[in-house]
Amino acid sequence: MTTLPTSTQKKLGLVIDLDTCVGCHACVISCKGWNTENYGAALSDTDAYGANPSGTFLNRVHSYEVQPAQGEAQLIHFPKSCLHCEDAPCVTVCPTGASYKRVEDGIVLVNESDCIGCGLCAWACPYGAREMDAVEKVMKKCTLCVDRIYNENLPEEDREPACVRTCPSGARHFGDFADPDSNVSKLSAERGGMNLMPEQGTKPVNKYLPPRPKDTLAVPEGDIDILAPYLEPVAQEAKGFLGWLDKTLEKI
Amino acid sequence: MNQPKLDLSPKVSDEVRKTTCYMCACRCGINVHLKSGKVAYIEGNRDHPVNKGVLCAKGSAGIMQVNAPSRLKAPLKRVGPRGSGAFEEISWDEALQIAADWLEPIRKDNPEKLAFFTGRDQSQSFTSLWAQSFGTPNYAAHGGFCSVNMAAAGIYTMGGAFWEFGQPDWDHTKLFMLFGVAEDHDSNPIKMGIGKIKARGARVVGVNPIRTGYNAVADDWVGITPGTDGLFILSLVHCLMKAGKIDLNYLAQFTNAPCLVNGDEKSSDFGLLLRDDDGKELVIDRATGKLAPFDQKGVKPDLAATHRHAGISHRTVMQHMAERYLTDEYAPETVAEKVGISAKRIRTLAGEIARVAFDEAFELDQEWTDFRGETHKTMQGRPVSFHAMRGISAHANGFQTCRALHVLQIILGSVEVPGGFRFKPPYPKPATAHPKPHCKVTPDSPLDGPHLGFTHGPDDLALKEDGTPARIDKAFSWENPMSSHGLMHMVISNAYAGDPYKIDTLFMYMANMSWNSSMNTGGVMKMLTDKTEDGEYVIPRIIYSDAYSSEMVAYADLILPDTTYLERHDCISLLDRPICEADAAADAIRWPVIEPDRDVRGFQSVLCELGAKLGLPAFTNDDGSQKYADYADYIVNHERKPGIGPLAGWRMGEKGLTNGRGGVNEGQLDSYIKNGGFFVEHIPEGANYYKPWNVDYQDWAVGMGLFDSPQPYLFSLYVEPMRRFQLAAEGHGDRQPPDHLRDRIKHAMDPLPMWYDPAPDNKSEEYPITALTQRPMAMYHSWGSQNAWLRQLHGHNPLYLPTKLMRENDLVDGDWARVTSPHGEITVPVLEMAALNENTVWTWNAIGKRKGAWALDENAPEATKGFLLNHLIHELLPPKGDGLRWANSDPITGQAAWFDLKVRIEKADPQSESQPSLPPIESPVGNDPGDLVWKVGK
Repeated sequence: MTTLPTSTQKKLGLVIDLDTCVGCHACVISCKGWNTENYGAALSDTDAYGANPSGTFLNRVHSYEVQPAQGEAQLIHFPKSCLHCEDAPCVTVCPTGASYKRVEDGIVLVNESDCIGCGLCAWACPYGAREMDAVEKVMKKCTLCVDRIYNENLPEEDREPACVRTCPSGARHFGDFADPDSNVSKLSAERGGMNLMPEQGTKPVNKYLPPRPKDTLAVPEGDIDILAPYLEPVAQEAKGFLGWLDKTLEKI
Repeated sequence: MNQPKLDLSPKVSDEVRKTTCYMCACRCGINVHLKSGKVAYIEGNRDHPVNKGVLCAKGSAGIMQVNAPSRLKAPLKRVGPRGSGAFEEISWDEALQIAADWLEPIRKDNPEKLAFFTGRDQSQSFTSLWAQSFGTPNYAAHGGFCSVNMAAAGIYTMGGAFWEFGQPDWDHTKLFMLFGVAEDHDSNPIKMGIGKIKARGARVVGVNPIRTGYNAVADDWVGITPGTDGLFILSLVHCLMKAGKIDLNYLAQFTNAPCLVNGDEKSSDFGLLLRDDDGKELVIDRATGKLAPFDQKGVKPDLAATHRHAGISHRTVMQHMAERYLTDEYAPETVAEKVGISAKRIRTLAGEIARVAFDEAFELDQEWTDFRGETHKTMQGRPVSFHAMRGISAHANGFQTCRALHVLQIILGSVEVPGGFRFKPPYPKPATAHPKPHCKVTPDSPLDGPHLGFTHGPDDLALKEDGTPARIDKAFSWENPMSSHGLMHMVISNAYAGDPYKIDTLFMYMANMSWNSSMNTGGVMKMLTDKTEDGEYVIPRIIYSDAYSSEMVAYADLILPDTTYLERHDCISLLDRPICEADAAADAIRWPVIEPDRDVRGFQSVLCELGAKLGLPAFTNDDGSQKYADYADYIVNHERKPGIGPLAGWRMGEKGLTNGRGGVNEGQLDSYIKNGGFFVEHIPEGANYYKPWNVDYQDWAVGMGLFDSPQPYLFSLYVEPMRRFQLAAEGHGDRQPPDHLRDRIKHAMDPLPMWYDPAPDNKSEEYPITALTQRPMAMYHSWGSQNAWLRQLHGHNPLYLPTKLMRENDLVDGDWARVTSPHGEITVPVLEMAALNENTVWTWNAIGKRKGAWALDENAPEATKGFLLNHLIHELLPPKGDGLRWANSDPITGQAAWFDLKVRIEKADPQSESQPSLPPIESPVGNDPGDLVWKVGK
């Protein structure tokens, strides 16, 4: 068993905006690229060109259809990676201390040299956010790009996770939730940032912004259409229209 | 706590080389990180005008494209029967000699016997020059089956198009409405734009039968019936005109709405615009009540005028529009059932457009002067913007539908204004400023001019003296008079049929014609392998260039292996399809950031050598030696006309380096590389809106070399060239269409947008369901699904069925269904999707693979479960019973109408593989190398 720090100096994490995520997988592949080349073992791909290709990814995008009680069905894109929980069950379950939560910033990491590949942490994670690398036999997970965010070899503006830097629609934001004035704290407060599966008691650091209400222009039958006045006819047919045109042009 | 000590500042790479992505047509800037000379990581270039640092999944997965086992390794000569995939490797000397031996006699005797078509070519200004110098009229790229309807409708109507040629004013727009948008062109800018305007609370409305991608994040989704967008749009036009919610100032000043239409039914000019002796369109000036040329200083064009002369009334375009669009034919109640949107919803959408366009209108405090010399104190904004793509264009009514959308934009006054849709240089550029098509063949000589262009009437058609089509694809013929991009999808079937004539050599580049880039895939394979009675192939010789072992490789006789995009030079040129922004002119290069590890050469460099070997004037010096050593040499040293070359940046002026116009600079590519692979020149403030009419923009464009003189023009709500074709069909003029096409031309070439239903021609009575494809955002073309990372995102493609059709056919997820069209049948796995038009099914495009291709294992899901809808689509419509076979394409542009596909669906027994399952082809590069651990650093 491994213990969690009682508190961390920072709570670094992500805000993921489900209202703007178009499901393009840019974050998935950027993450794959950076983390294949960086922190720990490469992310392998078995049977890469075969019948059952299977690779290690630290971030995946799932898509869910939602059928509201009224109105059209919706498709929600849901990117998922480690949420760097404050009460991370994947850490406490680790028999070797390989899984740990950093005191300085709250990032949950796996120290690969201590990982025996037992897989208990992946079982303990209610989000399915850890993946065992099939070639290296070590547990892989989101590092929040710990080797980018402080990296002095990168320009300062690039010191953010690869998934955030690459996201084309600006649906991913990185910052310190311990600071109420940070971009992520404010965004989360404004837009009603949600915890994923709060009933699990894991206290995830990452927050999801819910999709805004959709199809609000679809007026239910019988309701008053507030836009109707905008279409008040100026004429019923071509001749009347010309009269209106003439009159209106006079005024211009 | 006992935490391990981490190296938080590891070295990222040895070197960063900045070039341009080619994983799709977006052309983003990329930083390629190298370790020990190998590609370690690819990220977006923050300084780049297209992507500003972001990068999509394809872009980041470029690393897996560059190490792909499917890369061709050396030139190949076919040794087995066509289609078998049996090849032997040969040297480049031998390959070039074979090509020259085939092409030399053709050029000498009859250059039209060469058909040279380039697929997803990004060097069309170069490849077309080569074809022109060879002398064949038979050249085009893939626009004819991609989206010529969009490009041509935009340019004929307003001198610019959607696609990547324009963009919404992301900083000011408040309502963004997209129609049928695929995510493979301008994709990162659109994602960035949607993110930006949603963060501001602007509304996004998606009109699309399928609610995925951009439509999934749209605030409002309109799940329209495919092929009816034009009718829906014209209903919005009806509502807005009827309510007077149109921008009269804009219409009067900047469009041909006030132009007078000849009303003399007996005249051969009936329906053409009245013009003065200088050829200028005439309007009635409200100040004087008299005729005046549209561009006269101080003229106030009268939208409502009628000019009476010699007992004839000539009325304005605006009057013709009122007569057409105010009728109940376009009332929401009339169209609702057809388009699958309630009348109430159509009115609500029209109301919202009206509200935002006029109640939320604003002005930018920016003075500007128009082409009439009138100075405007401010710039009027209309914060409604539109974007559209293949979903509305790949229909047989696509041209008119795209036109309808532009008319909607224009009556709102929302093009080239703050908050609206804006062109990117070299647009705005009216159709009249583009070349006309050229087709005059002279043995042993170049063609008489550029192949592709814009026709303005029957005189511009590409016909032989006997009236038959001059081009193998029948572009610019009476069958499709305004086919500005050619018809690549008809080349093989026409060449096979010998209609309009036989060819000798088919030369193609990056075009997977024996698979996903053809309609009637099975038929095309047969045409490519069929032999005449004397044992020769019907299409005698096929040369093909590709970087990868695609399905088409097996069907060629000679393979010229191309490099990957990180191993080559390219220019993304202002002469072609540049990377401009609405506020800037920009172009870019690719350069070899890594060297090939195979015996392959960039296709364009090969053309430089082959061109010289054939003695083509554009590629040969006076002494007969090779003019351009390679493509890089061409990029730097070629001048289209004095001072204008493929790249606009860092040219040599009289007093040192200059941009736009200037002489050759030997150090030009180094300057590009130093600048991150691109060049940007910003449009001055005050010149960056109202560009077609803004003298400051026009002068800037001339300075940049985009035009030789200012080209102000009116937007064409009424497209006069279309009327000229109608006049011919009515019997006027010397050049007359064949009788069987007269009625169709009279109907289709309507100079004001209208809508017709392509469904009955596709037998919608018996086949009531529309079947569509779209590309996943993480893939582009067929090369995406061999990518080790991307294929894990989309490894096979189920057919998505709406809930209603699942229930009706007693289907559950994972079941199999037989899908039948008038042309063919496939049996495929199905999956339910609720957010889908209830009479539409769809699948992801180009994931299905032929066994043996792309170096994938024969049991790869792409080959066993994946499938193509192409098997169901024919290049011809089903027989109508009139004894003729009509093309499955738009009668105006010839655009392949693959979104008109109608099918029937029934439950099938479970299958082990999608049907049809074709036998494997032999792979020239081996198959499936197994596991992959690609870490280049230590």
